[in-house]
Amino acid sequence: MASRIFGSGIKRREDPRLITGKGKFTGDIMLPHMLHMVVVRSPYAHATIKHIDVTAAAAVEGVVAVYTNADMTLANIPCAWLIPNSNLKLVPHPPLAKEKVRYVGDGVAIVLAESRDIAQDAADLVRVDYEALTAVVNPEEASMDGAPLLHVEAPNNIAFRWIASSGDAGVEKAFAEADVVVKERIVQQRLQPSSMETRAAVAQWDSGNEEMTLWVSSQNPHIARFVVSGVAGLPEHKLRVIAPEVGGGFGAKLPIYPDEVLTVWAARKLDRPVKWVESRSENYTVTTHGRDHIEYVEIAATKEGKVTALRGKVYAGMGGYLSTAAPGIPTIAHGLMYSGVYTIPNLRCESIGVFTTTTPVDAYRGAGRPEATFLVERLMDKLADKLGMDPVVLRRKNLIPPFANGYTVAMGITYDSGNYEGALAKALGIADYDQLRKEQAEARTKGRYIGIGVTTYAELCGFGPSAVAGATGFQGGLWESAIVRVSPVGKVQVLIGASPHGQGEETTFAQIISDELGFPVKDIDVIHGDTSRTPMGWGTYGSRTTAVGGAALVLAARKIKEKARAMAAHLLEAAVEDIDYDDGKFFVKGSPDKFKTIQDATLMATLAWNLPPGMEPGMEASQFYDPPNFTYPFGAHIAVVEIDPDTGKVDLKRYIAVDDCGPQINPVIVKGQVHGGLAQGIGQALCEGAVYDDNGQLLTGAMTDYAIPRADMFPQFEIDHTVTPSPHHPIGVKGIGEAGTIASTPTIYNAVIDALKPFGIESINMPLTAPRVWAAIQEARANHAIGGR
Amino acid sequence: MKVSITVNGKLYVRDIEPRMLLVNFIREELGLTGTNVGCDTSQCGACTVHMDGRAIKSCTCFAVQADGRQVTTIEGMASGDTLHPMQEAFWEKHGLQCGFCTPGMIMATTAYLKDHPNPTEAEIRHALDGNFCRCTGYQNIVAAVKTAAEKVGA
Repeated sequence: MASRIFGSGIKRREDPRLITGKGKFTGDIMLPHMLHMVVVRSPYAHATIKHIDVTAAAAVEGVVAVYTNADMTLANIPCAWLIPNSNLKLVPHPPLAKEKVRYVGDGVAIVLAESRDIAQDAADLVRVDYEALTAVVNPEEASMDGAPLLHVEAPNNIAFRWIASSGDAGVEKAFAEADVVVKERIVQQRLQPSSMETRAAVAQWDSGNEEMTLWVSSQNPHIARFVVSGVAGLPEHKLRVIAPEVGGGFGAKLPIYPDEVLTVWAARKLDRPVKWVESRSENYTVTTHGRDHIEYVEIAATKEGKVTALRGKVYAGMGGYLSTAAPGIPTIAHGLMYSGVYTIPNLRCESIGVFTTTTPVDAYRGAGRPEATFLVERLMDKLADKLGMDPVVLRRKNLIPPFANGYTVAMGITYDSGNYEGALAKALGIADYDQLRKEQAEARTKGRYIGIGVTTYAELCGFGPSAVAGATGFQGGLWESAIVRVSPVGKVQVLIGASPHGQGEETTFAQIISDELGFPVKDIDVIHGDTSRTPMGWGTYGSRTTAVGGAALVLAARKIKEKARAMAAHLLEAAVEDIDYDDGKFFVKGSPDKFKTIQDATLMATLAWNLPPGMEPGMEASQFYDPPNFTYPFGAHIAVVEIDPDTGKVDLKRYIAVDDCGPQINPVIVKGQVHGGLAQGIGQALCEGAVYDDNGQLLTGAMTDYAIPRADMFPQFEIDHTVTPSPHHPIGVKGIGEAGTIASTPTIYNAVIDALKPFGIESINMPLTAPRVWAAIQEARANHAIGGR
Repeated sequence: MKVSITVNGKLYVRDIEPRMLLVNFIREELGLTGTNVGCDTSQCGACTVHMDGRAIKSCTCFAVQADGRQVTTIEGMASGDTLHPMQEAFWEKHGLQCGFCTPGMIMATTAYLKDHPNPTEAEIRHALDGNFCRCTGYQNIVAAVKTAAEKVGA
């Protein structure tokens, strides 16, 4: 092909409808005779429900029904990651609270009315008699004796205790014999994912055929079908779940919530379409949060800077109930990554999941891996400081050497491929690191506080082999599927099980097909997000859509190619092994002028007038793909910050990101994913954080109070990459959705602490807002009388 | 209450509840669902439309306040098949991912460029303060606005 479509930054095919307002999100769906549902939610973080009186609400004109838990027989909302060997407590989570509420926002009743305004008015008239109980919002405190108990099934509020270790004896010995041990208490603050579109659901019951259609703002419609059918008692084949345009998810549209189940239940009960759209304040109190760890971590090393061990104890807040994937995040997706990109022989992670009277926690961009990367990178910097060593020098002493086909870390997982020094060297080159250090030293002499943060990271992505899912208690598979269908006139329909929602796979998957089969991109349509149209898939999260779904697609395309080759050979009256292929054309070796196109072969295979012996008619291929391993993208990030000592304001001057996700299908889209990931990771470092008061009230319950990063916080990100293919993926790709988030939080944090080194400040809890940094500077000045001025 | 509001050049006369927000009038009465609601509190800007040529947040404006006025929504930006230069620029510069904030971004930035035809990058970033995007990290949105400014200026 003259110019290869693979690797080309073509414009996205999703965009024309989105820039003209024609994209249809769930909230845009309006059906005739549709009712609107509003959920009455608990204003208390922890309370006993004494009595619910719906009389006044039900009497409002336009209200069709008001229901409480007593009116329904729905199953509990399940948790789906049952991590083994952890004494996991599966506590009941009814779609509407029964005797107790366990966080502000816990649903207690639903109101169905002719308009949303009427439903909201009536919801305010539902009288709930609560007896308030004591709240507890800090996971470490919640696990202590005497803390208020959320669930009788879980003493001390402990949901699970999980340990991963390379060998406890070795870890103990390494710490006992270490020249240097550095410790840190890290608060991974709670984050509110804040997709711009809140969640929404519309359910339509076809009573004649006993079929339900559910439109839902979801990252994984097939899992939603699976779970909602179970909870609502609908046969799975009679439930069609459609994820139309989805306005961002970031992990929070992965869980299955009570709201969509209730929408489905009410639509069937009332035999009318029902719509539920979350308000933003509901989104902040009800849609799952991310992170929420309190960690005690330490690292052991020789005086030469060789790291010998790393261990951590994590208190991970779960919120009031166990959300869909919650137990797997501070454990499997976190503890197994304690090695980072380093040759650390002894590792141990103890993770304690704790119920608190707060919004349930689940996946948020990176989910477990940002927390792991943060603690490893934070400890590396603190260790470098203690040893009086440049943090880059320390990292280089410990980096895993380049490998192309498997490296097993002490935690027992095998990274697929990596060249960490390659990415680091490139990032240092772009930043001109040595020069930066000189400028920093000079600035310090003038009372300016410049800091440099460097992170080298690897992430566990492309979730993942289904056997690992089973072994780690994930109640699902982790394969993907694709169907490639070529129509008689040579147009291609691609049906995928994955469910992208902004990541651009309608474009990149068309590029894959175009590259494999020679069809122009305009002739390829990629369909996703509808359980009745597409084959089964396990959803879009864990940077897995291209890594797993893309592999299924490549293999399906190759089946098409082989069938077309056989058909072309038959038409050219040649043996299959004598046929060559180039850019959509098949020809007898050495005679490229006499060819049959893939379109010719498709037409003749579809007409089936004269097929080779044994060939089925048609041109369609289906592929299920279960990857043999995860993928492990990696990279090196560098941040330069300057801190105003008088205000504490952190000014991000430069941000350099060198990421390696293997070959890039569309580098413009890859960069876009990195930009977005960086903004979220930098947001965690500098401004974002859910805040609860002691009564369990969320103080950051609206966008007035939760600090979403704005455009003027960021410089132009300097983005580059290296290319290290995954050895086990058919086209070597690894995934890029989470990289920016995973690497940027520690990079910024380390840069800020580096800038504050003259004050002797070693840690400040995130987010590093101006008041917090200012207070730390004031305290340091008071304590040490240093830092001048 | 009876209102007469011109939306995308077409006059609509409707009898509405006084408490109806302009965004709900646009979305529910007229079925123009390109304008989105992202926050309910006028921070995010997803609901931005033009009223008499100026960008406003339609979630913080009653429909009755638009009585007798000219409103333009994202659906009114292209002329037939020809995209507005800002729409073109967002497409060309990969200024959107999930696309939910995009209509509001396009409406806010087109109004901004009318008053500030040659903004610097810092000015564009500052001007985007009232519009949140959670997907793009803003870099390509800034690039799109710059590109549109150049196109319009050229």
